[in-house]
Order: sequence, then C-alpha cells, then structure tokens
Amino acid sequence: MMRRFLLLAACAALLAGCGEEPAPLQYGADPDLPDQQRGLLPDMRIALPAAWGDDLPTVPQGYTITPIATGLAVPRQTLVLPNGDILVAEGSGGGAPTLRPKDLIANYIKGLGKTDVGGGNRLTLLRDADGDGTYEMRGIFADGLNAPYGLAFLDGSIYVANQDALVRFAYSEGQTEASGPPEKVTDLPSAINHHWTKAMTVSADGRFLFVGIGSNSNITERGMDAEVDRAMIWQIDARTGAHKPYATGLRNPTALAIQPGTGQLFAVVNERDEIGPNLVPDYLTSVREGGFYGWPYSYWGQNVDSRAQPQDAAKVTSAIRPDYSLGSHVAALGLAFSRPEMGSEFADGVFIGEHGSWNRTPPVGYKVVFVPFADGRPAGDPVDFATGFLTGDGKARGRPVGVTVDPRGALIVADDMANTVWRITASGAASAASQ
Amino acid sequence: MVAVYAPPTVLPLHPVHAILLAFPFPLFLGALAGDLAYWGTFQIQWANFSSWLIAGGLLGGGVAMIWALIELLRFRTSRALVYFAVLLVMWGTGLVNVLVHARDAWAIMPASLYLSSVAALLALVAAWVGYSGIRYGETV
Repeated sequence: MMRRFLLLAACAALLAGCGEEPAPLQYGADPDLPDQQRGLLPDMRIALPAAWGDDLPTVPQGYTITPIATGLAVPRQTLVLPNGDILVAEGSGGGAPTLRPKDLIANYIKGLGKTDVGGGNRLTLLRDADGDGTYEMRGIFADGLNAPYGLAFLDGSIYVANQDALVRFAYSEGQTEASGPPEKVTDLPSAINHHWTKAMTVSADGRFLFVGIGSNSNITERGMDAEVDRAMIWQIDARTGAHKPYATGLRNPTALAIQPGTGQLFAVVNERDEIGPNLVPDYLTSVREGGFYGWPYSYWGQNVDSRAQPQDAAKVTSAIRPDYSLGSHVAALGLAFSRPEMGSEFADGVFIGEHGSWNRTPPVGYKVVFVPFADGRPAGDPVDFATGFLTGDGKARGRPVGVTVDPRGALIVADDMANTVWRITASGAASAASQ
Repeated sequence: MVAVYAPPTVLPLHPVHAILLAFPFPLFLGALAGDLAYWGTFQIQWANFSSWLIAGGLLGGGVAMIWALIELLRFRTSRALVYFAVLLVMWGTGLVNVLVHARDAWAIMPASLYLSSVAALLALVAAWVGYSGIRYGETV
C-alpha cells in the first residue's frame, strides 16, 4: 500500500517536472521516433560547471558513494586489475580542424561545459592495499600517452587504446609503474578524429580486442571521404595487431563490454544530432559480426537521414535495429555488466555512464543508470543508480564517463568534469537486507 | 544676364564605404557558385567555401549597411533610403543564409540555393544603387 502511494507521488512529481512538452517514451526496443526537425538555430543548452562542496551524488538506499581519487586530469575509463588495483585513463583528444564559421562558435559554446583542466595523457594507478575501501596509494603508472581511453588486461599485459594507436605494456602483478614505454600493437584510425575516443574490450576467448572507432562527423559534414575506417568496431588480434571491421554503421561506439556467460559483444553508441531534441536515441545493443547499424544513411533501422548524400538504398535496407534505446542525447560513454556482488536488485544487467546532453532542453543524462536484463537481454526501463550530477538550477557538478564493476562488489565511475573517480558499494546493511 | 544651369553633381561614395560595398556581391555570388557545385557533386568542401564567403559578405556588407544608415540620417534623400533598404534586406537574407549553411551536410539543400540566389541579386542591386550615388553636391 505504502509502495503504491509512493509510486503515485513519484509519477505526479515526474509529470510536473515534464512541463508542457512531455518527452516521448524512448526507452527500450521500440522507442517513439518523432519527425525530424531543425530550426535556424540549433538548440544548445550547456550545463555550466559547479562544485560539489560537501555534497555527493545520490545512490540507491543501502548504497554508499565515495570519491576515491580527486584532482585527476580528465579521467575517462577505468580498469580493475586482478589484484584489485584500479587504472584510470586520463586524457583529452580530438582537435579536429575548424571547417566552417559554425565550428568556431559551437566549439566555444561546448567548451563552456567542460573542465578547464588539460588531459593528463597518462594512466593513474589507485591501490587499496588493506581492502577498507580507501585507495590510500596513488601513482602514475604510465605517462606521455596520447589521449588514452580504452583499457584492457589480457595475458599479463595491459592494453591501452590511445586516440591514434593500440599499445601494450608488459605487467606483472603488483607493479605500480610501467617498466618502460609501451609497444605498439597497431595504429588506429586517427585522421581528423572528430570522435576521438577508442573504446576497448577483450573477446571472451582472449584472442581479440574489440576497439570502437567513432565517426569523423555528426552526419558526414566533413565529407564521405573522411569516414573511411570510421563509425565501426574493429576486431584486432591481440598478438599480431591484424585487424578487420567487426561491425559497421555505429556512429560513435563509446563503450564496449562482453556479456559474461554468452561471450556476446555489447556496445553503447551515441547517435546523431541536429534533427530534434528527441532524435536520435543513443542505444545499447548486442553487436553482430558483420552487422551494419545504419550510420550515416539511416537510424534505428530504416529511418532515412537525407543529410547523408549520396544515399545508399541497399545499405538502408540492411541496417540492423539496435536492441535498446537509452533516450536521445544522453551521451552514454560507459558500459559494464553487473555481478551478483552488486546486490540482488542490481545483479543482472548493465551499468551505463551517461555524460549528459548539450543540445537539448531540458538536459538529459548526467547520471549512471542500470538497465536490468532477463534471459540475457535488456528487459525493463533504466533505473537511476547515481544521480545528482546536475543541480536543480541546471549546473553540472560532474559528468559520468566510464563505469567498471569491481569483482569485490563496487561500481567504479570516472567523472571527467569533477575530475574524480567515484566508488559505489552496497553498504553492509543493504547487502544483509537483500539476502 | 545669362542664367547658368547645371544638373546636380552626384557625389561618389567615400572610398572606404565603396570598398566595403565591394564585398557583398562577389562574395555572395561566389557562395551561390559554391552551393551549385555542392549540389552537383556532393563534395562538402564547396559548401564550406560558401559558408565562409557568406560570412565575409556579411562582414563587409554589415559595415556598409551601418554607414548607409548614417548617410540616410544625414542626407535624407530618397536614393539614400532605397540604398539602405536594399542593404538591410540583403543583410537579413545573408544572415538567414549563413545560419542555413550551419546545418550539417545535405541539410542545407535546397534552401541554400534559393537564399544564395536572392542574396546575390540583392547585393547586385545594392552595389548598383550605391555606386550610382546617394547624395548630391552643390549646384553651381
């Protein structure tokens, strides 16, 4: 009874918050897709930075969040090593040239919503030697990298996806500093690098690395020629560096993860802008080998985007509909499969870090959500897992990027605006209650 | 006594004003050519050229427009009024055009073709009126 009342109250609050223009239902397999629209001026709505002060992000009851490292230099993705140490990739890539008067203005406005700190181009190592949840040791594992983003541990090596190359550090357990410069496994497509992040994960059999390569434009406005080897996921042989496109038409695959048990590759993908506040939904999808997912010709299956010319009808026909919509412009940048150690309510599903929108009113994202799974597929609406990054007056205190599940039962969240790494754990009381 | 009669002398534009007025027509015409080239080839660089050309036309044309307004307020001739009015509409069209060109890829089509045509035509008219003179000298 009490629960039903709370549900009603929550619905009322939600409706009041929506104002006169309710957002369409854009979660799940079959999102509402409104008509494309574009006025003379794009809707830019930047959340200006604000400080946390003594506040913390809000997590579900029974969970605790603590900053385990602050003052970092733009942390993006994290990796938990076998001994529990955490590696943090810090960096800022890109630097695509200004092609139009628009770029000058848009880059200035977007810059207002970012940290002033320069990217560290390094890996920071955090260690909690006594297991009390405080990461008392912090050092630089490796420096002089080029906008590192994707991280993976495989066969005693640490693989780092820089914005221009995949490199490998030899690693022995307990090591706190790389013993030398890394060895290059292969170059990665880096011309222009409009979407520079190179997300990465290891295949279930440990033979391959999957690397996400974003498009070189929003919707081919840098020309079709700039899109060779872009908007795709590469499968790279970890030993030889030999590679091939694994799946294509994925505009900006910003995080990759392998589903435990099935070995299936999943990705979160950021979709195109400037055709309305409710287009096109960013998505979570299982990735089929050889699959084409629409970009640039169409979205969410066969919805043609005529901005991409010349069009390709055969490609549009072949475009796969993604599995699960996360909502338009949420900017999903982190993806991690959960484990039973995260507590019974959040045991089966994925955590997703949402960096947050810059071209939508009201802003969306700016939180970490949990998408529950059933029978190995997404099932049900996303559940808020960490919120409060956006203040009531529309300022951003943080912007979540990478999320990683620590096997000991913690979610590690990189925040590239607060320059903080957060750790969310089930407090003792909650895990007792959930059993 | 012989009556001396001479038609009023049309004074040329101030050289700086004339230089500024020289911007819009060739630049807007170049933008139209760029749009046509993009339309025919799908090569995005033509549309990028157009964006910058329109921005340049707006810059020079904008200062010429302000100058035209000042001259209108000073001399209040009908030619000055026509000249300012044409520049104003031209500049407004150019502004809408540069915003349309800020759309991505083929989203500028077909509006860019129409707007660039109208803007170039208005720039031609403005130049014609302006260089024909907007104020008169003393009669002798």
